[in-house]
Amino acid sequence: MINTAKLTKTYGSKTVLDIESLDIPKGQSFGLVGNNGAGKTTYFSLLLDLIKPSKGEIRSNGILVKESEDWKPFTSAFIDESFLIGYLTPEEYFYFIGELRGQNKADVDALLSQFEDFFHGEILNQKKYLRDLSKGNQKKAGIVAALIGNPEVIILDEPFANLDPTTQIRLKGIIKNLAEKQGVTVLVSSHDLMHVTDVCERIVVLEKGKIVKDLTTSEATLKELEAHFTGTETY
Amino acid sequence: MKIKHFISLEWKQYFRSAYWQKSMALNVLLVFVALYFVVTFLALGIALYPILKDTFPEQDPFKIVNSYLFYWFLADVLMRFFFQKLPVMSVKPLLTLPIKRSKVVHYVLGKSSFSFFNFLPLFAVIPFGVMLIINDYPLVSVIFWMITIFIITLIINFLNFIIESISSETELSYLPIIALAGGLFAINYFNIISFTNLVSGAISSIYKTPLFIVIPVLILLGLYVVNFSKLKKQLYLDSSLKSKAQEVKASNLEWTRKFGDAAPFMQLDLKLIWRNKRPRSSIFILVIGLFYGLFFYPNPVYQDMPWMYAFVGIFVTGIFLINFGQFIPAWDSGYYKMLMSQNIKYKQYLKSKYTLMVVSVVIMFVLSIPYVYFGLEILLAHFAAAIYNIGVNTHVILFGGSFNRKKIDLNQRAAFNYQGTGAVQWIIGIPLMLMPLAIFGAMYYFFNFEIGCLALIILGVIGIVFHQKLMNFITEKYLDSKYKMIQAFGQDN
Repeated sequence: MINTAKLTKTYGSKTVLDIESLDIPKGQSFGLVGNNGAGKTTYFSLLLDLIKPSKGEIRSNGILVKESEDWKPFTSAFIDESFLIGYLTPEEYFYFIGELRGQNKADVDALLSQFEDFFHGEILNQKKYLRDLSKGNQKKAGIVAALIGNPEVIILDEPFANLDPTTQIRLKGIIKNLAEKQGVTVLVSSHDLMHVTDVCERIVVLEKGKIVKDLTTSEATLKELEAHFTGTETY
Repeated sequence: MKIKHFISLEWKQYFRSAYWQKSMALNVLLVFVALYFVVTFLALGIALYPILKDTFPEQDPFKIVNSYLFYWFLADVLMRFFFQKLPVMSVKPLLTLPIKRSKVVHYVLGKSSFSFFNFLPLFAVIPFGVMLIINDYPLVSVIFWMITIFIITLIINFLNFIIESISSETELSYLPIIALAGGLFAINYFNIISFTNLVSGAISSIYKTPLFIVIPVLILLGLYVVNFSKLKKQLYLDSSLKSKAQEVKASNLEWTRKFGDAAPFMQLDLKLIWRNKRPRSSIFILVIGLFYGLFFYPNPVYQDMPWMYAFVGIFVTGIFLINFGQFIPAWDSGYYKMLMSQNIKYKQYLKSKYTLMVVSVVIMFVLSIPYVYFGLEILLAHFAAAIYNIGVNTHVILFGGSFNRKKIDLNQRAAFNYQGTGAVQWIIGIPLMLMPLAIFGAMYYFFNFEIGCLALIILGVIGIVFHQKLMNFITEKYLDSKYKMIQAFGQDN
C-alpha cells in the first residue's frame, strides 16, 4: 500500500529522516516509535505532502505522493490540533470534513453513532466550539474526523497522548477493528510502548531518522522494545 | 529578570519570525516611509515659523500654532488608533517564572513610550522651538512649551491604549474612536465648546507660568496608572489570556448551496467571519466605508475634482474586499495543514473567497446608490469602480495572498493584541487603490470623465471575461508556495 524508497529529508546539513526502504502492506496496523526528534512526525508529514522530501519518494497505492494529489481521497490523518477548525462545533466540523470526502449528513451521522461510547457524551450536542473543548476532547474529535469517508489509509500521530485511560482503551479497540476487520492501513506513532505493542502488528523503531528495528509484534516485542530504549537512554 | 532579558526576548521574537525573514522588501519600504515622515516633520518644523510670519505678518506665529494644536492632537489620536498597537509580548510563559507581574506590565507600558509615534512630533517641535528662541522668545518658556507638547504626546500614547481596549472589549471596532473624534470635532466646529481656544489657552498658560506643567504631568501619571491596573488585571490565565467558552449560535446556511461545489467553503468562511473577533471587525468597517463618501461629496472643495470620485468609489465598494482579502489565506492559517491534506481542490477554496468578495462589492454598490443625490457622475464613477473591483482587484488581492506568510491567530483574545493590523497591511492596500486612481486620473486628464469611467469598466470586464484563466494562474501560485505557507503558518509569530 505504502512504499517508501530512498527517502531523505534534510534541513541545512542536518538529516532528520533517512529511510532506505519501507513497505507497508494493505490492512496492516503499523506502529512507529522513537524518541523525540527521531523523525516520526517528519515521516507522517512527508506521507501527507505537507513537506517536500529532499530525496527519494513515497508511493501510496502506487501514486507518487509528492507529485499527484490522487492519494487524498483514500487517505486521512490527524496529526495535531492544527487539524481542527476552532470556531466550528464538533458536529459542523464532522459535516465539513464529510463534505470534503463526499459524504452527506446521514452518512456522517451513521458513522458518528458508532462512536458514542468513545465520545463519552462530551463531544456531540455540547453547544461548544472546538476551541473551547479540552485538549483530550479535541483529540477525540480529531481522531473520529479522520475516520470519516471510509479512508483506506489512516495516519494518527500520537493518538494516545492526552487521552484519559478509558478512552485510550476504547481507541485501541477502534484501531484494531479498523485493521483487522475492515482492511484499513493504520499508521500510528506513539511514545507509549505498551499501547503500540497492543495495537500494532508491526513496529518500526526510528532513531535519528533511521530505521533501527523492524519487528513483527509477538509476546517478546514489548520486552525487546523496553530493553532497546533503556539501552539507548543510558549513553 | 532584568529589562535586558525582556528586550532580548523581544528581539528574538521579532527577528526569528518567518514573517521578518521573508519580507525584507516590506521592511525596507517601512523604513523609507518612516524616513519620509521624519524629513517632512523636520521641514515643517524649520519652515513653519518663517512661512507663518510671511503669510500673517500682523499675527504672532506662536499663537497661530497653538490655536491649531487641538487638530494636531486629534489627528494624532486617530493616527495612533489605526497604526499603533500596544507592544505585543507573549506573556503567558512568563507568568510562572519568578518575575513580578507588575514588572511585566511596567515593561510593556514603558516600551510603548519608545514608539516611533512619540518621537515623530519632536522632529517638528524641536526645530520650531529653536526658531522661536532665535526670534527672541523667552528661552525657559519655550523649553517648557516643548516639554508640554512632548508630555501631551505621551498622554495621547496612553490614552490610545485605553480607547483601543474599550473598543476591543465592546466589539464595536472602530466606532468608538470615530464617534469620539467626530464628536470632539463637531463640538469644536459648531462652537458649542471651543476646544481650539481651550487647548491653546491651556498651553499658553503653561508657557506663561511654567509651574502649570504639573497638570499635564499628573494627567500622564493618572493615565499610566489606569493602563497599569487594566493590564495587570488581564495578566491572569482565567481572565483574558484564557479564552472564555462561548455559547454556540448555529445556523445552517443552506442557501449557500446555490454556489455549487464552493458551498462548504462558503459556509466555512461565513462562520469564520461571524464567530471570530478579528474577521468580524471587517463587517463593522463596512459601515464606515459606506459613509466614507460623506467626507468628500458634500464638501465644495471636491466638487471640482471629479477624479476623486473613482477613488472614493473604489474605496466604498471595495472596503470589504480590501479588508478581508488582504488576509487571504491567513484567515485559515490555524488549520491550513489540515486543508492541505484533505481531498480539496484549491480552486474551490479560492472561488469561495472570490464569490464572497464579489457579493460584498455588489452589496456595497447598491447601498452607495443614494450618493446619486450629490450628482449623477458619482453613480457612474461608483459603477465603474465596482466593475473594476470585481474584475481586477479581486484577482489582484487573491494573487497577493499567495505571498502571505503571516499567521493569524483567530483564537487570540484581546489582551495584548488589539488591532493586529500593522502598517504593513495598509501598505499592501496601496496598489489596489492607486492603480485605478492612476488609470482613471490619466484618462480624465487626457480625455474626459466618461472615458475615465469607461477605462475602468473595460479593465473590469476584461478581468471578468478572463476570470477562469486568472484563477488557474492564481491557483498555480498558491500550489507553488504550498510548503512555504504550511511552514510559515505553523510558526507562532
